[in-house]
Amino acid sequence: MIKKFFEDIGRYFMLMGKVFSHPERLCVYSRRTIFEMEALGFNSIALTAIISAFIGAVVVLQMAITLESAFIPDFMIGYSAREVMVLEFSSTVVALILAGKVGSNIASEIGTMRITEQIDALEIMGVNSASYLILPKVVATVLFFPLLTLFSIIVGVVGGFAIAYLTGIILPGDYIEGLFYCFEPDSIVYAMVKGAVFAFLITTISAYWGYYAKGNSLEVGRASTHAVVASSVAIMVFDLVLTQIMRA
Amino acid sequence: MIRVEHIYKSFDSRTVLEDVSVEFETGKTNLIIGRSGSGKTVLLKAMVGLHGVDSGSIYFDDVCYTELDFEHRKELRKQIGMIFQGGALLDSSTVRENVRLPLDLFTKMTEGEKRDRVDFCLERVRLQGADRLYPSELSGGMVKRVAIARAIVLNPRYLFCDEPNSGLDPQTSVVIDELIRDITREYNITTIINTHDMNSVMELGEKIVYIHEGRKWWEGTMDDILNAENKELNDFVFASAMAQRAKSVKR
Ligand SMILES: Nc1ncnc2c1ncn2[C@@H]1O[C@H](COP(=O)(O)OP(=O)(O)OP(=O)(O)O)[C@@H](O)[C@H]1O
Ligand SMILES: [Mg+2]
Repeated sequence: MIKKFFEDIGRYFMLMGKVFSHPERLCVYSRRTIFEMEALGFNSIALTAIISAFIGAVVVLQMAITLESAFIPDFMIGYSAREVMVLEFSSTVVALILAGKVGSNIASEIGTMRITEQIDALEIMGVNSASYLILPKVVATVLFFPLLTLFSIIVGVVGGFAIAYLTGIILPGDYIEGLFYCFEPDSIVYAMVKGAVFAFLITTISAYWGYYAKGNSLEVGRASTHAVVASSVAIMVFDLVLTQIMRA
Repeated sequence: MIRVEHIYKSFDSRTVLEDVSVEFETGKTNLIIGRSGSGKTVLLKAMVGLHGVDSGSIYFDDVCYTELDFEHRKELRKQIGMIFQGGALLDSSTVRENVRLPLDLFTKMTEGEKRDRVDFCLERVRLQGADRLYPSELSGGMVKRVAIARAIVLNPRYLFCDEPNSGLDPQTSVVIDELIRDITREYNITTIINTHDMNSVMELGEKIVYIHEGRKWWEGTMDDILNAENKELNDFVFASAMAQRAKSVKR
């Protein structure tokens, strides 16, 4: 079990070596990167929007109920909603959800290509298959996920505003005041950096499991499960590490 | 010419190829035959370098493939075309994009030249009208033909075919066999074909190697094969009821 873990780590780094070496034609790669941005990024916008809006609204409701006290000013609700979205939800939780969607998608796509010999076919043509298949996905998600994080923050905060407005639980003016209370623009940058790091983890880890799948469709299913579990764990570990490094 | 010398290959502790040595000739359709699981695919993949071998050497003309470094291997691979057992077309690309990919990656052709070359290759396999379809929209025979078009688009010097007509009806099989033979003669390619289809053997077997349980058991031509004395080979060749009957009629 432990031996297997270190074997996987070793093979993962070897694969990364292959991914980031000997890129073929740039124009072919940029075309594929744009394609992957649409497949992996654009197609995740709706899911991100729905989840972020609801979480934003729920956080505001929860805060309004919990902080119902004469001593705590109402704008603290807006403030807490913003902090929750920026610090953890929009980067980490969205990354976890995308690990499920994007990670399983990547692992099963590449895994299927492996077992149907499409990867062998690329290798025989003289293509660096790891780089050809994985690099565009990495570039696409690392560029796109930070934007998705920013988008999630905005949608979440708007969701909070909507619920405040609709239920009248706090005054919209107070909510907005809270949003800008002690606001550090750096924290947004920090969230986006986390988004980029998580994107890298999800994409490369899932690609790893797909790339080394073997056998039949059962194994591809198993590879995509492994991909989701491993990227989720990696996200949590790196969340801790990054928080320690960047906030300390 | 492709020559393998004393190749051994095992997976974990199971030996799949044992001391295989054979020479395949240029401009001819060379066949590797044998029962399912005898190691044909492994031998083919070992020759092109998809499986590393445990020991032994592989020569492409005068170049020792097993001793080449990564970059030179990559160069040599551009001269290799391969048709996989399942076709192995890229699912997310159309027929045209599949055939065009090697041109995009490895040539400096203009758009127009690429289009002409792809058209030429698709015409060669008689698939002019299908260029916008995706692999999932093709029949088994069409997939094989696209795979052939893709394999020849860079004018390879070596062509490897893993069961090019498995799963096809006899007529389509003959079409594919003839296509491969014509291409081989026309461009003077060294072609190696894995098959367990006796029709192909009689059609294409200019040189035949029979693999049995990972060893080379027999080699010869289609003229020799019916009269060969080898028991395992005879069992293989005359396995079908029709062949049995034909044999007894001949006697
Ligand atoms: N990647 C692999 N790992 C482990 N064993 C393998 C692998 N590939 C093939 N084998 C084993 O090697 C043996 C030969 O397999 P191979 O695919 O070469 O057979 P084949 O002659 O091509 O059969 P078929 O005609 O059915 O395609 C089989 O027993 C198979 O189990
Ligand atoms: Mg086979």
